[in-house]
Amino acid sequence: MEANFERENGVLARLNERFGLDIQGAAVKHNRVYLSIPEEAFMEALKFLRNELDFSHLCAITGLDTGENFEFLYHIAEPGGIVVTLKYKTKREDPVVIQTVLPVYPGATFYERELEGLLGVTVEGLPEGRQYPLPDNWPKGQYPLRKDWKPAKQNIDEPTKGV
Amino acid sequence: MEKDNRIMIPLGPQHPALEEPESFNLLLEGERIAAASVLIGYNHRGMEKAAESRTYVQNIYLLERICGICSHSHSTCYVQTVEALAGAEVPRRALYLRALIGELERIHSHLLWLGIAGHEIGFLSLFMYAWRDREIVMDTLEMLTGNRINYGMNAIGGVRRDITPEQAQKVLEAVDALQARTEYYEKAVLGEETVAQRLIGVGKLLKEDALRLDAAGPVLRASGVARDIRKDDPNGIYPELDFNVITDTHADVFGRTVVRVLELMESYKMIRQIIQQMPEGPIAVKVPARIPAGEAFMRYEAPRGEDVHYTRSNGTDKPDRVKVRAPTLANSAAIAHMLEGGYLADAPIVIAAIDPCFSCTDRSVRVVDARSGEEKLFDWEGLRKYSVAWYAKQGVDLSAASMRLRGD
Repeated sequence: MEANFERENGVLARLNERFGLDIQGAAVKHNRVYLSIPEEAFMEALKFLRNELDFSHLCAITGLDTGENFEFLYHIAEPGGIVVTLKYKTKREDPVVIQTVLPVYPGATFYERELEGLLGVTVEGLPEGRQYPLPDNWPKGQYPLRKDWKPAKQNIDEPTKGV
Repeated sequence: MEKDNRIMIPLGPQHPALEEPESFNLLLEGERIAAASVLIGYNHRGMEKAAESRTYVQNIYLLERICGICSHSHSTCYVQTVEALAGAEVPRRALYLRALIGELERIHSHLLWLGIAGHEIGFLSLFMYAWRDREIVMDTLEMLTGNRINYGMNAIGGVRRDITPEQAQKVLEAVDALQARTEYYEKAVLGEETVAQRLIGVGKLLKEDALRLDAAGPVLRASGVARDIRKDDPNGIYPELDFNVITDTHADVFGRTVVRVLELMESYKMIRQIIQQMPEGPIAVKVPARIPAGEAFMRYEAPRGEDVHYTRSNGTDKPDRVKVRAPTLANSAAIAHMLEGGYLADAPIVIAAIDPCFSCTDRSVRVVDARSGEEKLFDWEGLRKYSVAWYAKQGVDLSAASMRLRGD
């Protein structure tokens, strides 16, 4: 195990050299790089990692609500085992619109639909389709992964109505 | 669509007895599937939201219940993220015990799949045999943990139970028995001509498509990609074990069968090494309830492929966010591709071959004739029977293979 994380820091150095990104705030662990970048720089950096540094596998996309912002994390991996978590923030005000990564990672459909369904953001460029993962009869405008969303109080002795 | 002979068949959704029920729309041209779409999300249980209001320890038991089959995979992947955040040094004996349960879980999952595959293609003796043999590993897991599934083995900082030398001896005996059975299947099933006729070329997923669509696990490896988290991004004691990543180049359901059968042999090999190399010592360290703020992303090679957990902590005893991506979701994007161009009669085994954990649940299939608008309703069992009969008509009948397997 490399104590100085040469391979991981190498990825950061390449990003810095190419885009002049601020990499001071990045966290580096064994096989892991967590890097927050501005939204404007995101797509180009993602393409660079995909096409030139062989980060060809999209493991998952995480969306989260920090209260002030929405944060989007793209976990991408290369064959050597390094996973870069590339993240950016957007202001948490409706409507939040982000760009699809489907042209870069064609397997991203369900991950992006999940951002739409659970966090209530719009992913521009995502083809029409059934919502995921919430059911068709889920009430409009209810996004469970938002921090201010609370599940309705339910009396467990009474059967659920209206389903 | 009114003018041609295309028929749309909605397949599912099915009763959510296990995790991740799915539904498909199949557009038929004659007997061939022209287009397929995958509809998922029928059983969202809100676990990620629920995890935010539970403590790190409570979440082990919540997340273990994501899946009845890969329960240990999810709990291991989750505790690895928390241990990384806490900077916990997990004792080596605990890591060996985790890997032991992990490989036993893979064996029971792959044998379960082998039986289901036999059932779907009408190879009924294989179904009976594989599930009977699976009881050996289920009994072993029950002996070690008290449960057949949801073992409750993991703790943050280690495991909850140790094993005795007598138990270790019993594990070795079980592995010997299982290996003898698996060697027989390798010869009698993979070498069976009707199985080859039935499965070769079915559910094709070429290497470039598997990579492009981010497929995972045995599906990916059967398309010739040697990708396995246990080798590429290993956790625990996997770097200390000598094993091979099994791949196959058939890129079809036959290849997926080969990969799973041969992976069973690798797991037996690993379990012997685990028992032999397991050091003495403590099985857990104490980790404070409050976890320092940070984030951690971990991967784990579950029986169905890459399982992914991400945890963000905020310094309290509850996480800010827990993200889970199970392997079936990764493979869902590839299913439509595998179905397209194939026969309707292949749909049951193609869907079952990603091992999505729903093959024993009840499903309904609605057949719509696009010209007359006429609807017909029959269940999954009906489609399976149609599939078996359709292949029998083409001269591929597995009942003779069943007799050969039994040695009648």
